Amino acid sequence: MIEPVARLREVGLRYGRTVALDSVTLDLPAGCMAGLIGPDGVGKSSLLALVSGARQIQAGSVEVFGGDMASARHRGAVGPRIAYMPQGLGKNLYPTLSVFENIDFFGRLFGHDREERERRIAELVEATGLTPFTDRPAGKLSGGMKQKLSLCCSLIHDPDLLILDEPTTGVDPLSRRQFWELIDRIRAGRPGMSVLVATAYMEEAARFDWLAAMDGGRVLATGTPRALLERTGTSSLEAAFIALLPAEDREGYQPVAIQPFVAEDGDEAAIEARGLTMRFGDFTAVDNVGFRIRRGEIFGFLGSNGCGKTTTMKMLTGLLPASEGQAWLFGQEVDAGDIETRRRVGYMSQAFSLYSELTVRQNLELHARLFSLPAEAIPDRIEEMARRFGLADIMDALPDALPLGQRQRLSLAVAMIHGPEMLILDEPTSGVDPVARDGFWRILIELARRDRVTIFISTHFMNEAERCDRISLMHAGRVLVSDTPGALVERRGAQTLEQAFIGYLEEAVAEAGDAGPAPTTQGITKATPPAHRPHRGFDFRRMFSFSRREAMELRRDPIRATLALLGSVILMLVMGYGITMDVEDLTFAVLDRDQTITSRDYALNIAGSRYFTERPPIRDYDDLDRRMQAGEVTLAIEIPPGFGRDVARGRPVQIAAWIDGAMPSRGQTIRGYVQGMHAHWLARRVAHSSTGTTAAGQLFSIETRFRYNPDVRSLVAMVPAVIPILLMLIPAMLTALSIVREKEMGSIVNLYVTPVTRFEFLLGKQVPYVLLGMVNFLLLVLLAMFVFRVPLTGSFLVLTAGTALYLCAATALGLLASSFLKTQIAAIFGTAVMTIVPATQFSGLIDPVSSLEGMGAVIGHLYPTTYYVTIARGTFSKALQFSDLRSEFLPLLLAAPVLISLSAMLLRKQER
Amino acid sequence: MRLANIANLGVKELRSLIRDPMMLVLIVYSFTFAIYSAATAMPETLSRATISIVDEDRSPVSARIAGAFYPPYFLPPAQITQSEMDARMDAGLDTFALDIPPDFQRDLLAGRQPTIQLNVDATRMSQAFTGSGYVQTIVGDEVTAFARRYRTVDTPQVDLVLRARFNPELKPSWFGAIMQLVNQITMLSIVLAGAALIREREHGTIEHLLVMPVTPFEIMTAKVWAMALVVLVASSLCIALVVQGMMGVPIEGSIPLFLVGAAVHVFATTSMGIFLGTVARSMPQFGLLLILVLLPLQMLSGGTTPRESMPELVQVVMMAAPTTHFVSMAQAILYRGAGLSVVWPQMLMLVAIGGALFGFALARFRATVARIG
Repeated sequence: MIEPVARLREVGLRYGRTVALDSVTLDLPAGCMAGLIGPDGVGKSSLLALVSGARQIQAGSVEVFGGDMASARHRGAVGPRIAYMPQGLGKNLYPTLSVFENIDFFGRLFGHDREERERRIAELVEATGLTPFTDRPAGKLSGGMKQKLSLCCSLIHDPDLLILDEPTTGVDPLSRRQFWELIDRIRAGRPGMSVLVATAYMEEAARFDWLAAMDGGRVLATGTPRALLERTGTSSLEAAFIALLPAEDREGYQPVAIQPFVAEDGDEAAIEARGLTMRFGDFTAVDNVGFRIRRGEIFGFLGSNGCGKTTTMKMLTGLLPASEGQAWLFGQEVDAGDIETRRRVGYMSQAFSLYSELTVRQNLELHARLFSLPAEAIPDRIEEMARRFGLADIMDALPDALPLGQRQRLSLAVAMIHGPEMLILDEPTSGVDPVARDGFWRILIELARRDRVTIFISTHFMNEAERCDRISLMHAGRVLVSDTPGALVERRGAQTLEQAFIGYLEEAVAEAGDAGPAPTTQGITKATPPAHRPHRGFDFRRMFSFSRREAMELRRDPIRATLALLGSVILMLVMGYGITMDVEDLTFAVLDRDQTITSRDYALNIAGSRYFTERPPIRDYDDLDRRMQAGEVTLAIEIPPGFGRDVARGRPVQIAAWIDGAMPSRGQTIRGYVQGMHAHWLARRVAHSSTGTTAAGQLFSIETRFRYNPDVRSLVAMVPAVIPILLMLIPAMLTALSIVREKEMGSIVNLYVTPVTRFEFLLGKQVPYVLLGMVNFLLLVLLAMFVFRVPLTGSFLVLTAGTALYLCAATALGLLASSFLKTQIAAIFGTAVMTIVPATQFSGLIDPVSSLEGMGAVIGHLYPTTYYVTIARGTFSKALQFSDLRSEFLPLLLAAPVLISLSAMLLRKQER
Repeated sequence: MRLANIANLGVKELRSLIRDPMMLVLIVYSFTFAIYSAATAMPETLSRATISIVDEDRSPVSARIAGAFYPPYFLPPAQITQSEMDARMDAGLDTFALDIPPDFQRDLLAGRQPTIQLNVDATRMSQAFTGSGYVQTIVGDEVTAFARRYRTVDTPQVDLVLRARFNPELKPSWFGAIMQLVNQITMLSIVLAGAALIREREHGTIEHLLVMPVTPFEIMTAKVWAMALVVLVASSLCIALVVQGMMGVPIEGSIPLFLVGAAVHVFATTSMGIFLGTVARSMPQFGLLLILVLLPLQMLSGGTTPRESMPELVQVVMMAAPTTHFVSMAQAILYRGAGLSVVWPQMLMLVAIGGALFGFALARFRATVARIG
């Protein structure tokens, strides 16, 4: 017996309270095709993730290639020998990148040079039949092609252990067959390679060399497929698996009995469609599809992912308006606004439309209420659904914590809660284990036969299609053929439905000439020289491969880059003009109880300044109160009776002024203005009245020089300070979503399983955004100089250098938010909280940092914007050079490394 | 339209929020710490201004002038030389620099009208204006008082008694606290509504709702009321505990009326959030849109700088922004004690803006869902 490729000893894993793996001890044989079989949620994926190093080990030990996977050093060393293809179609791919770019990205990560990469890519796409599609974005490939591409990306670095997690789930039978042929050819070329596969398709598992049957986080049995069959005395693996299950799980299992459909109610059509067509731009997703489904019939749509099944269903439910054609439900034309028909239909979408934040019970309850079941009937109905769909034990669990199979049962329960007459089910059973699937079908058949519920179901499981009364085979938006399953097999002269389907598919593909040349039969026989082993330290090549990829994604989403650039220009215009410190056009009114020339002269003195505009005079105190309360006047002056007389006689007299203090800064300014004008008025009176004597105002004089901004234009002060704010907020927001998004979409797994380090990953992501920021900066500077006419008096070079450092800090701040927050909403909110207030309030835009107090002062002194504002104002207005600004550069120089290190600490290299 | 649906869907929104602990932490943070730190950091317009003095006279009067600058308005002045002055102002160390010429006292007493030079860093707009006025007043008072001891000076007998209403000491933290609250309300309601919509779209739950007997109007109304409730509860607690409790800001006006106003405002901003959610195709785009919208909403609403001083065009454009009306309403209610009879125009504008945004969003709702699918 050869040394096993991986050795697991008492491995345990739990997610919260859910146990995923329960003390598993297992040796995985090397150099062969080893399979893990069992339904979803039994721990297959968790086991594979542990072996690949993507997930952190909680309990027990995992040894791969003779080393402990808990050790980061060992993971680093063996990482390049392992390739991991996670579950989900094209989960580790980047949808906006083309086929070539995706493979190229992985090639760069593993340090192949250009020539080597091109040779390997050519070879891989040739072998997988992807050659004609190298320029197509991965997101636009069919499910089967995505998986082939994913395989190419895994194979680019010649792994010794290939880990495939449900690689063919959701793939049409033709592509599935091609996929396994491909794997066989690759293995023929690299005989030493170990392949570890998890699958839910038992018929696939039959061709593996070795199997481990799993259930409930434990291994039930291991051995060759033949040995398992012998041991259980069954003829199919599916039956063998059921036999291996512990007795209590098998309980209640019975084979699905199909009762033939008997049309009643005359020939009434529950669903009818004619010439349905859906186009997205120049892409035709559904092409002239028509069918007629009678009441109580189970009608199946069979086809691969992306062939138009889902789109057709969405058109039937009114979610998508059809480009052409018509559809009727219960004789009523489909209308998006028709509420009544919706009550009669239950819809279950592929995306598991459950609220992951609500418990099972709350989900059921919400839907019951939305379908307005009578309140008193709801608890009973929920109990009934829970019993019928086996949810009773998990009523208070959250859907995300449940295995796929249970989640799907819940989805069906939700769709059924209101007892609809029609069910539209979009791939309800993909990834559900055979026992559960059979149970599910028993319910469906019972519903159809007993309650005469019309069921329109899409699937890619052949044995499910066989249970339908009639099926339509779909491919590339077209219905190839429609009939009963038996008739189809017969017509094709095939043995099984699968063969019949493959036959129809091959015909359609040959007609369309779409799948390109058949994969080369010789396969990858050349033993390629192994890639030079990537070194473990910081590698610029790996970093730049991430930069390149991020830049390409940015380029493919031009709206985002345009928003960033155009948006900052708009913001700069609005804020540059809008934020003004010149307090002008203030409203004031006079309560003149004197009404003499002198009192009017006093009022005129104020009205004559450019700061104030006069409003109609105030009549009395009530009027004054009311108008100040409404904010109509911000300054009220009361001149007492006898004012003119008293002034003339030199008697002491008081003028009262009320300022609206609701906005303190404005109040202060008004106070200053009024005092100044009062003094001015006095000086003028003195000059008028007393001739010869020296007036008080002329004892001495103060000559005020407004430096750097002699005209005291707000723009000169504000524009250089708005640039730092924009260059903080926008780059930070751009990077903030970059990691969280990968977390939500799943491609973060590439960080876990490739040799890239956290620093390479973070810095690589940062580079394109810093460059975009620099373009942004140039735009803003041009805008400042030529639109706002704020001259740049200092060194442009110094400003540019400062900007580069500052942008590194701003993008790093976004990465920091992105590295510890889990959802995109939290990242958006967190970034907004972390940037807007500090940048606009604490960084010297309006109030100098030195005058701040408390926490604000602390944040102000730490925040990079503070220093960059000084640099921007210094170079724009003060003609400063580097030597003058040296002390501002140091904090900026430190900011980015500190923030990036923090992000690296918070970012995990393994999933927990 | 069915009220029960709106109620049920709203409860769902609230339950979702409760399940996201990180969001709750952020909400608590933004309604407590963020408001407290921003409000208390805000200096008096003239607070701790930095001033330095080039004293070339070294006389009693120049010493008297230097002694007149002290906190809280000014930091104690630094005595510097003429040559240091430029360097210090360039580095932004001083906002003001007074240059008292040689023989100032002698010339003053001889009636030769000497001149003091005041240098102001005009890039620090907020301090430059008021500050130079203060400096002039302080220097003028000191010099006059000094001169009076030696010679007779005619001073007119007209006094100006200045009182600031609504905030007698012109304490900026009072104002800052409420303006921060307004900003947080705006941000939170836009983010919650818009991002939640995009998430539902990305997770496919929204289309699930659309095949049920629920109309887009009900879905949107549910989001609005649920988010409004969260924001209002957070704001009431914030006013009671942080603004009145920790910071001791006296609130003159009616808090219930303010909350009614806030509810109307939140209607407008959640509608705006949903609208943005229908415009953006993905979360990253939404993030950028958010910044583009939020920044002007916060900076140009009249909460940071006075509205009447902004250019005509900006004033007109900002009439369409809900924050403009909410800020002026909040100031009127909370500081000036204004009642509904005074603030109804703002309320009306908020309802109109909210209604328009809600209408736009409703019109786009279905089309966007289809586009994503």
